[in-house]
Amino acid sequence: MKLLQAVEIFEPVIGLETHVELSTKSKMFCGCATEFGAAPNTQVCPTCLGLPGALPVPNQTAIESTIRIGLALNCQVTEFSRFARKNYFYPDMPKDFQTSQYDEPFCVNGYLDVAVATDEGEQIFRVEIERVHLEEDTGKLTHSGGATGRIHGADYSLVDYNRAGIPLVEIVTKPVAGTGKYAGAVAKAYVTELRDLLRSLDVSDVRMEEGSLRCDVNLSLNAVGASEWGKRTETKNVNSLRSVEKAVNSEIERQADVLTEGGKVTQETRHFHEDSGTSSSGRSKEEAEDYRYFPEPDLVPVIADQPWIDRLKSDLPEAPSVKGKRLAKEWGFSDEEMRDVVSMGAIDLIAQTISAGASAQAARKWWLGELARRATELDRDLIDLQIDPKDISELDDFVSSGKLTDKLARQVLDGLINKEGSVAQIVEKRQLVVMSDDASLLPVIKAAIAANPDVVEKVKEGKLQALGPILGAVMKETQGKADAGKVRSLVLKELGVEG
Amino acid sequence: MSQDLTFLSAHELAQKIKNKEVSAVEVTNAHFDRIEKLDNKIQSFLYVDKENAIAQAKSVDEKVAKNQPLSPLAGVPLALKDVMTQRGVPTTCGSKILENWRPPYDSTVVKRLKENDVIILGKVNMDEFAMGSSTENSAYQKTKNPWDLSRIPGGSSGGSSAAVASYFAPLAIGTDTGGSIRQPAAVCGIVGAKPTYGTVSRYGLIAFASSLDQAGPITRNVLDAALLNEVIAGYDPMDSTSINQSLASLSGAAQNKDIKGMKIGVIKELGGEGWQEGVLENFSQAVETLKQLGAEVVEISLPHALYSLAVYYLIAPSEASSNLARFDGMRYGLRVGDDGSHGVEEVMRLTRAQGFGPEVKRRIILGTYALSTGYYDAYYGQAQKVRTLIAQDFQAAFKKVDVLVSPTSPTTAWKMGERVDNPLAMYLADLATLPPSLAGVPAISVPIGLAKEDQMPVGMQIIAPAMSDHKNYQVAAALEHAQGELLISKIGDLASKS
Repeated sequence: MKLLQAVEIFEPVIGLETHVELSTKSKMFCGCATEFGAAPNTQVCPTCLGLPGALPVPNQTAIESTIRIGLALNCQVTEFSRFARKNYFYPDMPKDFQTSQYDEPFCVNGYLDVAVATDEGEQIFRVEIERVHLEEDTGKLTHSGGATGRIHGADYSLVDYNRAGIPLVEIVTKPVAGTGKYAGAVAKAYVTELRDLLRSLDVSDVRMEEGSLRCDVNLSLNAVGASEWGKRTETKNVNSLRSVEKAVNSEIERQADVLTEGGKVTQETRHFHEDSGTSSSGRSKEEAEDYRYFPEPDLVPVIADQPWIDRLKSDLPEAPSVKGKRLAKEWGFSDEEMRDVVSMGAIDLIAQTISAGASAQAARKWWLGELARRATELDRDLIDLQIDPKDISELDDFVSSGKLTDKLARQVLDGLINKEGSVAQIVEKRQLVVMSDDASLLPVIKAAIAANPDVVEKVKEGKLQALGPILGAVMKETQGKADAGKVRSLVLKELGVEG
Repeated sequence: MSQDLTFLSAHELAQKIKNKEVSAVEVTNAHFDRIEKLDNKIQSFLYVDKENAIAQAKSVDEKVAKNQPLSPLAGVPLALKDVMTQRGVPTTCGSKILENWRPPYDSTVVKRLKENDVIILGKVNMDEFAMGSSTENSAYQKTKNPWDLSRIPGGSSGGSSAAVASYFAPLAIGTDTGGSIRQPAAVCGIVGAKPTYGTVSRYGLIAFASSLDQAGPITRNVLDAALLNEVIAGYDPMDSTSINQSLASLSGAAQNKDIKGMKIGVIKELGGEGWQEGVLENFSQAVETLKQLGAEVVEISLPHALYSLAVYYLIAPSEASSNLARFDGMRYGLRVGDDGSHGVEEVMRLTRAQGFGPEVKRRIILGTYALSTGYYDAYYGQAQKVRTLIAQDFQAAFKKVDVLVSPTSPTTAWKMGERVDNPLAMYLADLATLPPSLAGVPAISVPIGLAKEDQMPVGMQIIAPAMSDHKNYQVAAALEHAQGELLISKIGDLASKS
């Protein structure tokens, strides 16, 4: 069933669980490094390997980061909080329990307001936050052999404990109802806004593709007007902002199909597939696992005193939404322009491009034009193109000073996306030089004129707008390197027509 | 000569080494000789580490030769309970699941022992994962009580108490979760102290119950215990529950035999019916001695003390069920069923089924149950509340008295095998030692005589407020002094025992 039809019959209720890997120098409970991509099992010690006798010592920075996140999400910081053990057996967990938080998390009861474009214009949706808690990440399993790439059926599995013990903040929303057909857009706007917020707090790399920001989407449907919510599913493996929206929408459609065909939604974990934009059934949660949570006896409770909270509060940066409004004014963007900037997650990119020297309009043009188009083509988020805003500013400079044509500039972007080096290096490597000298242009122009006698006739009759095919032929022949203005004036001169 | 060395106290040995009357290597070898000759009878050592011990002793002798400053126990041999990690040395916890595991790191206690030049002779036996009161739960061997080889040495630090009482080492490290230092010390006629929770780092102490585990000294006299306690205690940033505060001088207190005017409370609930008569008799006499020494003795009630057994057997197994989860065959130790035909969960299951003994399994099951949804509040949650009440009982008592006393254990050492099939009878041995463990307060067991029925040693437990460990040492030393000769000197010739 299509989304629009589905939301006429059913009311979606969404819930988002976001895991954020903090970018602390050391792990949550030991001094090991947290660098991404190190050789397997090189960033480990007795504590994060869970060796017998080893003990955890909490990372104070990670605790402060968690509380800062909570404060930025308008949460209440709990006076007395504790770590708890979540017990279950799995080989990626060195101790066979995860040190997490249970009923005494650091922060509770917050909210994040997100703006979504609706048919009636921009609308603010309030996403309520249930809790923000701190836990440790698990190791990483790689399964070899077997058809599914999962642990069952694998020939053997390898474990890398480098990630084990990296601080992980879990941010859980309360159920969000009343979003109707905008459920997916609200979810995406929430994760986008959250990501920007986390980035502004400088607590995480928030790279979805590297797993430093991970999102699980909970969703249930109930008949419009019903008082009880339906059975919910939890979709994991949602690894990009675009996927957040897709995951919500495809799950609404799937559940609507199940329900209208008289079936029942199974409470289960589902795995999202980026390529198809759909999800498949994972582990059933009918029999909820009993994690036997209890307060971690190896750690002491954390008492949050007011001066500490006040200090953390006073150090908070400007909220991205506030910052967005301020910047729109500063940059002279219309509300509509700014909304696009926000929805593409481009505020910081544009800000950095401007501070590197580009004008506000130019920065917006690059990021929301050519770069946005490429991100869409590659099915990635803008930020994930991993282009340095300084390069864009430099590229803009090349174009406005006439060193590059728009067409050549696009080739530079290809180079930047392929990580071929700086703008200047790409220009040199790809030999992207504007042709503007008569000697090289004239033979090409003459050939183009000779090949288009009918166009020549029209132009001589004064129809200058008919020039197109000749200019196009020249650009094609020169692989876009010709200076368009120069070509035009040379063509007119050649034809003896006043421009 | 070498026989004589093993009969000296730790502080005497340290003095002789310092005065160059004897070398640390000689002292170490004398103890190894005795272990070699007699430990086949006692079976206290699981691993004898001559290589490292002699190397350590040699470095002490070099320091002595160069007249460098020496720590108070430099060159004195020690037996280490096999629950403490020592880099490169097998550490089994008395369990098959850790057979042949050699830790890549030193526990903080070991680090401090090494820094203080205490010679680690090797690892001694214990109940598997420190669960038991007789050391019969060791997966490796049955350690005997050197007073009577047909009896248990206490537990879980039975290897430590038997080794010290057998003069295999003047010092031993034990660990105490519910009495595992004090009870074995009591039934072997020697001294054992459980320090204030948080004063000795647990880093490298393989956890049984994290909120209760505490390492401490087992020695033949009070001053040695105080000296060893001073070596191992101290703030450790590697242990989040470590207390960043210094204790008053313990060795000073152990040499101050004056308890005149001290207020001592006899715990009303710990004694009476069901307790061995000889135990109660010796205890009464010891209380009389304290009075004669000028202490003011009163009776004190700890109304919740008798709930300790129930509380302990919910909290300790709950923590243990989680602490012992990591022994799954994935990273170290035993792995069973790894022949390609079993999935990961099966390998974990087979490993744990074969690697753990019955008592460990019993407690894991008990703890898993107590923490389960629907039972948590009734069991673990409730136990924590009662634990608080027990701690409050102690706080109230310590407003009235300086220290509390009780017999250390309801009975003397029983015959081996007698309680193996009766866990509850076994658990009762810890009745008096559990309350201070739950309250986190320090307690010491000091020998007070032999029971009339079986001529086996009896201990008195002295309990002080948290961070007042020195008071325990002071009272224990006074009692020891008043008795004249150490009780352990009556043990007789081990060589002639069978």
